[in-house]
Amino acid sequence: MTAKIFHARQAMGRVVRGPALVAHDGFSARYDLDRIAGVFSRPSHKLAGRSYVGKILVLDTAKGGVATAWMLHEMKSRNVVPLALVLNSVNPILAQGAALGDIPMLAGFGEDITAAIPDGAEVEVNPEMATITVVD
Amino acid sequence: MKLSNEEQEILAGKSGPVPQQALQHQIKVGEFFGAEDLVPVTQAHIMADTESLGEAGVRWLENLAATAEGQRRVRVPTITDPRGTDFTKAAFLGQTSGMLDLERRAIAAFVELGVLMTDTCINYQTIQAPIRNEHVAFGDTGVVIYSNSVCGALSNFEGGPSALAAGLTARTPRYGFHLAEQRRASLHVRVDFAPTSLNAWGALGGMIGRLAGNYWAVPVIEGIRDAPKSDELKHFGAAMASFGSIALFHLVGVTPEANRLADVATADLPSHRVTRADLDAFQKSYHTDDRVDVVVFSAPQLSLFELRDLAELCAGRQFTVPLLAVTSPQVKPDCDRMGYTARIEDAGGTVLSGMCFYQSYAREIAEAKGWKSLATNSAKLVNILGGYGYQPALASMEACVDAAVSGRLARP
Repeated sequence: MTAKIFHARQAMGRVVRGPALVAHDGFSARYDLDRIAGVFSRPSHKLAGRSYVGKILVLDTAKGGVATAWMLHEMKSRNVVPLALVLNSVNPILAQGAALGDIPMLAGFGEDITAAIPDGAEVEVNPEMATITVVD
Repeated sequence: MKLSNEEQEILAGKSGPVPQQALQHQIKVGEFFGAEDLVPVTQAHIMADTESLGEAGVRWLENLAATAEGQRRVRVPTITDPRGTDFTKAAFLGQTSGMLDLERRAIAAFVELGVLMTDTCINYQTIQAPIRNEHVAFGDTGVVIYSNSVCGALSNFEGGPSALAAGLTARTPRYGFHLAEQRRASLHVRVDFAPTSLNAWGALGGMIGRLAGNYWAVPVIEGIRDAPKSDELKHFGAAMASFGSIALFHLVGVTPEANRLADVATADLPSHRVTRADLDAFQKSYHTDDRVDVVVFSAPQLSLFELRDLAELCAGRQFTVPLLAVTSPQVKPDCDRMGYTARIEDAGGTVLSGMCFYQSYAREIAEAKGWKSLATNSAKLVNILGGYGYQPALASMEACVDAAVSGRLARP
């Protein structure tokens, strides 16, 4: 089977591989997460109740306030953190948070990346090549 | 990115490790967004409550603060967003000594870095509003959208680490809303009514934020004929930023970059209409339970005028559920002096200063106090608190005060 590769316009961080957690919904560490339990907690979020720990999050866009810039760093210190962030579009806060928290991140695709990546698929994020690849 | 001689020297560590680390961070973010260079800024505003920082963030700040004197101070006025507590009311809020210790450590580190502890998210009303075309590095999305839209200043959302970096280097990467082309409108919204309450202004902002959908979208709004008040645009912008991550809007005939629609928009923009019925439906969607455990006025912090209005509504009332009103350390002394604090607290309310409800361990407060159903006139707050385990309802200031008396929120 041929691997499916998708190219991002913006990329940051190192190569990682893991399971994708996918939804066409937004992302804000403050608004959407129970950061202690490591799950999405906003009742209206499409991933409500699901764990993000060790997952490559594939979502639509960054939402909400500026707290995510600190929170990714704090979540990383406790290892209750996504493995990588992949979004159709990001705001500066998510980029600033990924830079401080050392979380690999891709953003900006030629198609809706949340429709292209199956939920649960094993994927590789390669920021040097600015790609996400479905590997199974 | 192109760097000036001075910037190259900072990057080489000639000013010490703190500005060097700050510039490295700025270059990483700037290159991600394709910034060509850095732009000088005149002010920075840091969001850094300890719920967000955590132990890891506070240690990170303490490491910076431990650098030698002369190599760690901010280079432009750098101020702070609300803290995670009002120390004088922490016991009432059920906050733990661990939370307060973390706060004290963060404050001590910021002071060592030369940061001014203003603890306000309404600095454009209380400290110094930026002027048109002034490049700034502001945190707190409500501060950014108001400064960009109403003042005509130029700022991206600068999270805490980036705002501090901007204070330390006196510059920020030139991308996004520092560029004229990013400030053009990308969608048109027609409104055929004028909101008449702060909650309605917030609801309208929230709806436009949802329509716009992401940080890079810039709504231009037509149909608001009379100049809104500062507090109205404060709630409007804060909610728009909260619901949609929006950093700039234009109100035709009101905000400085849009005297006419053609100043910021082409004729072929996608267009939307928001009606009063849409607004009513939006507000009703947050009124799922009539029971009220707590009433909160916060997000953004209240101005003196809002506190005056609240105090008048509280006169002669007796609350059966807690009512919290949160303001800035700059407004609180006037609130005391004018007798507003006494009037609100005589009715059973509490006036807090220097914090914001959702930035103050709201989840832990809910558990400690047994609060779940919350009434507020802040659309921003209802958007945030759903993720913190609350059932928030959006209503007018008058209805919220009535709910504090009866324990039930009336349906309009």
